[in-house]
Amino acid sequence: MMGILTMAHLTLHEVKGRKVALAALILGAAFLVVFGAGFYFVHREMTGGNPGLTPARAQLSAQQNVGLSFLVMAGLYAVNFLMVMMAVLMPVDTLAGDIRSGVIQTLVTKPLRRASIVLGKWLAFWVVLALYLVMMAGGVMLIARVITGYDVPNAPAGLALMLLEGTLLMTLSILGGTRLSTLANGVMVFGLYGLAFIGGWLEQLGALLGNMTTRNIGVIASLIVPSEAMWQLASHSMQPALIREVSITPFSVVSVPSAGMVVWALVYTLGTLLLALRQFGKRDL
Amino acid sequence: MNPVIESAGLRKEFGSKAAVDDLTLTVGRGEVFGFLGPNGAGKTTSMKMLLGLVTPTAGAGRVLGAPLGDVKARAKMGFLPEHFRFQDWLSGREFLRFHGRLYGLAGGALTSRIDQLLKRVDLLDAADRPLRGYSKGMLQRIGLAQALLNRPDLVFLDEPTSGLDPLGRFLVRDIIIELREQGASVFVNSHLLSEVEVTCDRVAFVKRGRVVREMALAEQAGELSVELKLGSVDAPLLAGLAQFGRDVRQVDGLVRLTAPGEATLPDMARWLVAQGVSIYRLAADHKSLEALFLEVMGEDERPG
Repeated sequence: MMGILTMAHLTLHEVKGRKVALAALILGAAFLVVFGAGFYFVHREMTGGNPGLTPARAQLSAQQNVGLSFLVMAGLYAVNFLMVMMAVLMPVDTLAGDIRSGVIQTLVTKPLRRASIVLGKWLAFWVVLALYLVMMAGGVMLIARVITGYDVPNAPAGLALMLLEGTLLMTLSILGGTRLSTLANGVMVFGLYGLAFIGGWLEQLGALLGNMTTRNIGVIASLIVPSEAMWQLASHSMQPALIREVSITPFSVVSVPSAGMVVWALVYTLGTLLLALRQFGKRDL
Repeated sequence: MNPVIESAGLRKEFGSKAAVDDLTLTVGRGEVFGFLGPNGAGKTTSMKMLLGLVTPTAGAGRVLGAPLGDVKARAKMGFLPEHFRFQDWLSGREFLRFHGRLYGLAGGALTSRIDQLLKRVDLLDAADRPLRGYSKGMLQRIGLAQALLNRPDLVFLDEPTSGLDPLGRFLVRDIIIELREQGASVFVNSHLLSEVEVTCDRVAFVKRGRVVREMALAEQAGELSVELKLGSVDAPLLAGLAQFGRDVRQVDGLVRLTAPGEATLPDMARWLVAQGVSIYRLAADHKSLEALFLEVMGEDERPG
């Protein structure tokens, strides 16, 4: 256990030392500033140039609610994409790079299990990913709330699902690093993400058009990589009931992934992690 | 004396090529053991198998009494890899602190050990600078300090002096000697023979993944390499010279042989005079490890 924590600490040190944290923080803040400014002016336009009409007092009309939800979902969609990038890129080089450079050799010959090295790194990246998601998604939600008083429904559940999506992809990236070069690993994980992404859209499109074949292809893709399904479920849960019913925005989810898919994503992530431990445990370094 | 390293028939294949064919050796406690061979002979792979970095294809071994790859035994082992690359965003001190913690050390004991080692490898003044600014020699020295953090019983050094200037080499040599004085065992891979000669108790020559000769350096200290320039040489004369030493051979008009010690030289000279042979030169030298290396590796060995 001490070994895992020391490795996690070392990895956090790396995230800081290699300026990953700084870049994420500065660009994340820039994103929130731009989003906040845009949100403010769009909202002013919607309320007829009277932003003083803060909804803490005024009831939001149903129409306004749809508009605000659309804006917030657009922000969260961008955050989701950024988080996916972070999840894949942060650990993409961590094992592959350490193996290639030889840094790993003085770690692996210390009195700790190889599994502790992988788990320590996993833990550190997961903490950074979670903090990043909370900062970005939380920032978007906070901006919406402060400017308009709009509360995103089911925010904790939505964030948890997004984090599960990120965790899954991050774990895949760590697994790839036990065998592949950094570049091949990046190509593989983004390829799988692309598969999940197009699968998710096919599922929705199939459901919308009533074409079961298309929908099933999408579901199968989601079973192969259940990351996009988690975003769709998050997106579904974080929109007001009204919009869910009428499905009129690009963020509307027609074919709602089942709770079983969440369980599958959890099992999938755990399985990927166990496979990574096994692969790294037996490879020659 | 219980050995710190025992291996029997260790073999490693990468694809169809055997990097190490048959590694069978024993290293005693407190011994400085030199593992010598040209590049590509399988020295690093051998060391990696002993360290548990590489899983052997066949064979077995024990290090510090535990099977290869045992996690607990590593608490008393130190290792400096050949291609030492470390977390270069850390300062020297932070680097040692993290690695000390991976050894399970902590607190004041670790802090004072770090200071002691930084001083020993002469890096106190650079201790708080990031490793990315270190020279190759400095990196190797901080790597050496890293390998000694836990006061190991057994230290593995893979080509420990290859990147160092003469001063750095002296430092490594002195540290190896200190380790021996403290009762630790050292396993050194090297092709820099003159240094090995000074520090090692015993050496093994490895050629194409096999130990071809193993010897205590004290054993060969008495042996002399003799060179004779004689008036006339024939087969009976060469046969007669064999009574004074082994490996009698004629090379470029000179006669060479290996004599067991200096005492044989006057006898040899008297015998030659008695045979009526004119002696133009009789030279005897202690055989250097280098000469031995070339002899063991044979003429067919090409630079690796």
